[in-house]
Amino acid sequence: MDSRQPLISLNGVTKVYRMGEIEVQALRGIDLQIVEGEFIAIMGASGSGKSTLMNLIGCLDTPSEGTYLLEDVDVAELDDDSLAMIRNLRIGFVFQSFNLIPRSTALHNVEMPLIYAGDSAQRLERALAALDLVGLADRAHHQPSELSGGQQQRVAIARALITEPAILLADEPTGNLDTESSLEIMRLLTRLNEQGRTIVLITHEGDIATFASRVVRLRDGLILSDDRQVPREPAGAEAPSEQAAAEAVS
Amino acid sequence: MSVGEALRLAWQGLLANRLRSGLTMLGILIGVGAVILLVAVGNGASIKVQNQVQALGSNIVYIYPSSTKAGGVSQGFGSGSTLTQADVNALNDRSQAPDIVTAIPVAQASGNMTWQNQNWFAQTTGSTQDFAQVRAYDIKTGAMFTAADVTSSSKVVVVGQTVVDNLFQGQDPVGQQIKINRVTFTVVGTFASKGSAALGNQDNVAVVPITTAWNYLTGGRGKNISQIVIQATSADTVKAAQTEATNILLNLHQVADPTNPDFTSQSQQDILNATSQITGTLTVLLGAIAAISLVVGGIGIMNIMLVTVTERTREIGIRKAIGARRRDILLQFLIESMVLSGLGGLLGIAAGWLIALQIGSIKIAGGTLPQPVVSIPSVLLAFGVSVGIGLFFGIYPANRAAGLHPIEALRYE
Repeated sequence: MDSRQPLISLNGVTKVYRMGEIEVQALRGIDLQIVEGEFIAIMGASGSGKSTLMNLIGCLDTPSEGTYLLEDVDVAELDDDSLAMIRNLRIGFVFQSFNLIPRSTALHNVEMPLIYAGDSAQRLERALAALDLVGLADRAHHQPSELSGGQQQRVAIARALITEPAILLADEPTGNLDTESSLEIMRLLTRLNEQGRTIVLITHEGDIATFASRVVRLRDGLILSDDRQVPREPAGAEAPSEQAAAEAVS
Repeated sequence: MSVGEALRLAWQGLLANRLRSGLTMLGILIGVGAVILLVAVGNGASIKVQNQVQALGSNIVYIYPSSTKAGGVSQGFGSGSTLTQADVNALNDRSQAPDIVTAIPVAQASGNMTWQNQNWFAQTTGSTQDFAQVRAYDIKTGAMFTAADVTSSSKVVVVGQTVVDNLFQGQDPVGQQIKINRVTFTVVGTFASKGSAALGNQDNVAVVPITTAWNYLTGGRGKNISQIVIQATSADTVKAAQTEATNILLNLHQVADPTNPDFTSQSQQDILNATSQITGTLTVLLGAIAAISLVVGGIGIMNIMLVTVTERTREIGIRKAIGARRRDILLQFLIESMVLSGLGGLLGIAAGWLIALQIGSIKIAGGTLPQPVVSIPSVLLAFGVSVGIGLFFGIYPANRAAGLHPIEALRYE
């Protein structure tokens, strides 16, 4: 067990949804600690509760029972605006379907969290720097419809990183991508993790989970296993930014 | 999020659906344009009528005899003959009526007039040399008859522009001999035109000394005075002059019951008030009709904003996921709806104003429509109301957007 203070601490977390008359027990009692700098993959078949867990960790939802401490703050005690602020500043979301705002340029998409943060200092420069980090500086003024799937996902990652969040929360980030783009995205996430970023990856693909250093498997709302592993492409592997730049030029 | 950011977002949102935004704006455009235009038309009509009332003379009070009854049947307003020259003399007494400049008697006679082989009908008015000044007639050619003409009941006449045009066929009327009711008069002057008037043509007049009218024109009715016209010293003293005149006449006529005198007085302000009440009602009515279309436009905005919110549910989910607060979303959609209506309002003001400028030049039978007068308060009000409509009709859709749950919004397809 890691001796560092956990960034995320879930204790006996349950989540019950009501769908009309039926109660659905999505999470039945999760205990999970994630420390700073981890690259953790949460795996499970559909219906295992992994999306519910991701919504809870991402402060899009609150637990029915149990406590969720994010950086020692009990999320259950926060109001909607405070949750929005946490999502804005402490959590970076990467979605399966990219979820960029259509008809807005890549640059505008990336700077959007800063707008909601009310942080206007060098906003454009920071957005450009974030795009440069994912190798898309030359696509700043393209709209999402003018970008490939892999490029859109990289814009989404740049958007997730712009406020320097504590955690990057990636929900099936490669689910809509071909194999090559998937590899690129995973290499990018690996590099970000090497730079110290905490990454929580939700996936059902074992292949993708091999990039993580810790794999948590869920089944029926409970943790089935929690294993540490050697990541597939450890530090010193091929620098992904060069490949990204090459793709951008092509 | 700042208002500036919200404005930028709103602009992007509107540009994304140009046709839809344009059509929605059209609803407000027509509403605001109609309000501006119809209120301007109402104002124009009101101002025209007021100018005509002003043209009757300045600071004027009219005294009419009350109606008489013959065998229990009222003979109508002004049919009595209770006003006399003694009344006029008393009203001209400065010591009793300090606020009256002058009071003139007026006697009306019908006058079929002929010149050479031409003939024309005009109201012939008998009065004194002060008539032109009191009733605000300017002398165009020649001169007004004099006090001596009144004393000696000279057969002289001053005619209005309509009489000049119709009787003299372009010749200089001054010095010509005309016949009124077969009595020969010498034309000594003409009045400058006052322009057309809704309150009767004030240019179709012929004015003779009142003594002459009594002697030759009014027939058996004797020294009848059909009205006394009083001019007050200023606009501020009209009320005082009216009170003084009323008291003098009540005294002189020994009226026992002041609530039922044998005369009535009416100041120009009374007429003005009555007419502006009518035209004001007209303006409000026109504005109210136009306002209905503004409400319809507002409902159109609400409709489109609801569609927009539904369409952009996913976008709202994304924004919430990356940290937009409830009020950020609320502000975004409220501003979008207000920009939509405000822009429609500005275009409507421009359209209404342009049409209003054109209307004054449209020819109708016998002249032009009254020039509409666009009032700046109505423009500001229309703009304010249009933005307000965006706010009012935008609140429900924006609130709906802001209240969306981020997870459900993100799942929305």
